[in-house]
Amino acid sequence: MDPSPTPLDLLIDLLSIVCILAGCLMSLAAAIGLLRFPDLLSRMHAATKPQVLGLLLLLTAVGLQLRSWAVVPVLLVAWIFQLLTVPVAAHMVGRAGYRTRHVHRELLTVDELDEVVQSAARGETPDGRPE
Amino acid sequence: MIRKRISLRQELPLLVWLVVVWAALWQDFSPGNLLFGALIAVVVARVFYLPPVELSGRFSLPQALLFAAIFLWDVLLASFQVFGRAVFSGPRVRNAIVAVPLRSHSDLMVTATGHVLSLVPGSLVVEVDRSTSTLYVHALHVATPADVQRIRRDVRRTEAWLIRVMGSKTELAALRGESVKGTEP
Repeated sequence: MDPSPTPLDLLIDLLSIVCILAGCLMSLAAAIGLLRFPDLLSRMHAATKPQVLGLLLLLTAVGLQLRSWAVVPVLLVAWIFQLLTVPVAAHMVGRAGYRTRHVHRELLTVDELDEVVQSAARGETPDGRPE
Repeated sequence: MIRKRISLRQELPLLVWLVVVWAALWQDFSPGNLLFGALIAVVVARVFYLPPVELSGRFSLPQALLFAAIFLWDVLLASFQVFGRAVFSGPRVRNAIVAVPLRSHSDLMVTATGHVLSLVPGSLVVEVDRSTSTLYVHALHVATPADVQRIRRDVRRTEAWLIRVMGSKTELAALRGESVKGTEP
């Protein structure tokens, strides 16, 4: 290892520190959200954060510290796969939660899905036409 | 099993993506590795058959880069907003499920819009009505009808961006006509 760090080394280290700290802050925010939010769907919002922004910041820090262009595509692919899979998982959990009535309706100011579900239960399409 | 024949042109984006993943995982972008990756991609795409994704055939790189920047900025902003809500509102937060009818009826556009919405903290797609291409979006902290309008506008703005990036020509023309007339809500 080079015993005397150049200004560039310091800058890269500093940037990595900022990225790691901010990424950890996002995870902390998610943890606080999970504890503080009252129901399933609002907790899902808190859980999205470390996976999108937090992971991007942490992967950036890893890329900066490894200092090799060869790892950049791997990190990018890792992030893109997160972006592709997270919404699917979130949608399935949210949808299942809504259908099994784990949503606290008193916490919703507006629920435009409920009207549709009610009319579908009566065997009509949303505009009132029979199916 | 009846298989729809996929043209090479339609399959090309998938094959290119598979080769990129292959090379990225090996951390080796040399011609030999790329060639071998292409061979494996073709075999995988043939053996594990999936219905083709119907692309519109149009893709604007400048718009895509612009949209990526806006997306990251939105995620950054929304992350801190949700953080603030978690700390200060906590259990008293009030939410809403808003129905947002989209312009486009193509599966790809509806999926892409839903994906982007779910990735931005603060909005989550609970249900999709494919026949009317309506998204039912769960949003954090909605207290007034004005907030509901704001969410509807934001969702349709996201869709407009995606149409500009990869919508079909007719969708793009419809979008242009809309903004000229000023009917954008």
